[in-house]
Amino acid sequence: MEKVLMSGNEAIARGAYESGVKVASAYPGTPSTEILENVARYEEIYAQWSCNEKVALEVGIGASIAGGRTLVAMKHVGVNVAADPLMTLAYTGVNGGLVLVSADDPGMHSSQNEQDNRRYAKFAKIPLLEPGDSQEAKDFVKRALEISEEFDIPVMLRTTTRVAHSLTPVSLEEPGEVLLKEYIKEPQKYVMIPAYARVRHKLLEEKMSRIKDFNDNNPLNYIQWGDKEIGIVASGISYQYVKEALPEVSFLKLGMPYPFPENLVREFAAGVQKLFVVEELEPFMEEEIRALGLEVTGKEIFPATGEINAEMIRERIGNKTESAPVKLEDYSGEEIPPRPPVMCPGCPHRGVFHTLKKLKLIVTGDIGCYTLGCLPPLEAMDSCICMGASIGAALGMEKANPELKGKIVAVIGDSTFFHSGITGTLDIAYNLGSSTVIILDNRTTAMTGHQDHPGTGKTLKKEESKAADLHRIVNSLGIERVTEADPLNLKEVKEVIAREIESPQSSVIIFQKPCALQEKKDNPLIVDEEECSYCKRCLDIGCPGIMNDWEAEKVQINPDLCSGCSLCQQLCNAGAIRKAGDNLE
Amino acid sequence: MSRDINVLLVGVGGQGTILASRIIAYVVQANDLSVKLSETHGMAQRGGSVVTHLRAGKEICSPLIDEGQADIILSFEQLEAWRWLPYLKRGGMVVVNSQVIYPVPVILGYQKYPENILEKLKKNIPRTFAVDALALAREAGNERTVNVVLLGVLAKNLEFDQSFWLRPWSLYYPPGCWSPIKKPSCWATRKVSLEKGQQ
Repeated sequence: MEKVLMSGNEAIARGAYESGVKVASAYPGTPSTEILENVARYEEIYAQWSCNEKVALEVGIGASIAGGRTLVAMKHVGVNVAADPLMTLAYTGVNGGLVLVSADDPGMHSSQNEQDNRRYAKFAKIPLLEPGDSQEAKDFVKRALEISEEFDIPVMLRTTTRVAHSLTPVSLEEPGEVLLKEYIKEPQKYVMIPAYARVRHKLLEEKMSRIKDFNDNNPLNYIQWGDKEIGIVASGISYQYVKEALPEVSFLKLGMPYPFPENLVREFAAGVQKLFVVEELEPFMEEEIRALGLEVTGKEIFPATGEINAEMIRERIGNKTESAPVKLEDYSGEEIPPRPPVMCPGCPHRGVFHTLKKLKLIVTGDIGCYTLGCLPPLEAMDSCICMGASIGAALGMEKANPELKGKIVAVIGDSTFFHSGITGTLDIAYNLGSSTVIILDNRTTAMTGHQDHPGTGKTLKKEESKAADLHRIVNSLGIERVTEADPLNLKEVKEVIAREIESPQSSVIIFQKPCALQEKKDNPLIVDEEECSYCKRCLDIGCPGIMNDWEAEKVQINPDLCSGCSLCQQLCNAGAIRKAGDNLE
Repeated sequence: MSRDINVLLVGVGGQGTILASRIIAYVVQANDLSVKLSETHGMAQRGGSVVTHLRAGKEICSPLIDEGQADIILSFEQLEAWRWLPYLKRGGMVVVNSQVIYPVPVILGYQKYPENILEKLKKNIPRTFAVDALALAREAGNERTVNVVLLGVLAKNLEFDQSFWLRPWSLYYPPGCWSPIKKPSCWATRKVSLEKGQQ
């Protein structure tokens, strides 16, 4: 059969298609975003972006209760948002199979923390499957749905960035026919009042005990005997690293590491002289092995932070190396300037952060492209914790320290506002706060690759929908002072922020301008060398399109990058920056 | 091919490294080898340093190349070749586009762009192939085919039959764009770009 190269995320989408998933929901977040983007291409599956992960899971719960197979996807921190329904969903169980994909990010390629969501499976008491490549990602979706239906329980499929974003060969199959299950009203199963929930909790414990027995003979977990001096327990991407590094040793490969297959692990441990466990982040399997009274080496030699790799395993378990680096002369890594991500040329966020810095305001930030406003030269952000935190944090600061009152703004993007900014804003209005909330409305979910959201008026399936009106939402939350302004007009930006921050009332400023990557570029600007006094004011906005040639004491604009947004022109006192083709006079 | 081959593609977000890596993967697969690719998404796309790992061979497990284990570094920009050089193994090869793209710390005047990178590369790595891919792409008629020119250079230095590199890559381009039938001018530009790199 022909094999197709697929990313882990594409493969998960394919798995949903092949196993008859009826409904899929998600909120975008790296490294999970492409799952739903790919699911949406299958006409047979109803797919949607939800406002946030909690709603996404709740939609999934409803779909499952109604009898459809369901897939819900999110990044690791999204599971925190969805944790409330998840913990109780474990009690109720499912009707149609439900798989929750948690895409973890060891190494924090694009995240604010690197929590290990395998702990959530144990915490919620649900089975955990962990694929190590795209073929498994596809196959495990099907297995997860089957286990979910067989044992009446939601199942977590946990990937990591290297599984989600690596392309590996996949054999495709045709979808089998999966019928909608009948909907039956069962309040004792789905209405979690204490009296019913006590019963369901007991049932859950019994279920997990049965699943544990099942998992001892589950083909997803298997032993590969090799050299018996060394035995390694691994799952997910770590298994690939181990197999790459030490193909000759004995392996216990766990495709379903929770509930932990005790007997299989005991059998493996008894067959090898020295037992190792290789896993990224938490000692999740290591603790389970130790609880069996077995001796094992894991976190003594592998870090609990960041990623691991094959070379680390070769060195630390195999006492050997394959690295044959070139001997480099004249090479100093420190002299190599880093290439950090930056706001794009023409980005509508840039001028707002430039102004916030000039006004010396305290800025509670949020999650999105605009978080880059914390970096030099803008450096206009004081905190960024999680989705939506900017708003509550601003209120807390003014309540704790009256001296800070009138100096604090919260900055949040449009998609993040819909995700979890609305309740925070309501909190400010209700609790008589005076903070100013700035909504940077670039009409898209930019950071994750331009997904639609309630404000864009388009669904994931590209249907026209009703665009949520930020201004009216904010008004109805009880905020009377709402101003809309142009973020690319620096004078206006400064006036509006200065005025609103002075006001003793709470206020919201909506800066609306589409993301520069989705707009047509205007004619580029040029610097008139004769007029330029090299005052460097234009460099304060940190635009990658403006080059500081400090040896020649000149500033140049790169016409290939410049979007013509004119922020630098507005900053130039000498009038040296103009549109290409315009005369100075 | 007798053994595994590790290619590290490095460049700056937006240069087309991912597309190039998929075309190499296509050629590798067409030669009945297994292949794994690992890509950078998210933050790095905002002008950041991007890297794609490509591993090919009979049986590939890890999708990542560790330091000192790349056979080839295919760099879309000078500084990025220099940055990732510790990943090259002894006897390895560097294909580098001589284009310079200043990182933000250089643009703002905080740090200097290292001098004479190409000379230093050649001194350290005898098998360094520097090519002005941007100029060649412009000559071919479209400066966005920098990645195709670089593929041409790589093609010349890999063991696969050169004809594989000219098979239709319609899979990887917007519909019709790489099709010799639907968009003959587009196809011609890319063919010329590839051949310029192969020369």
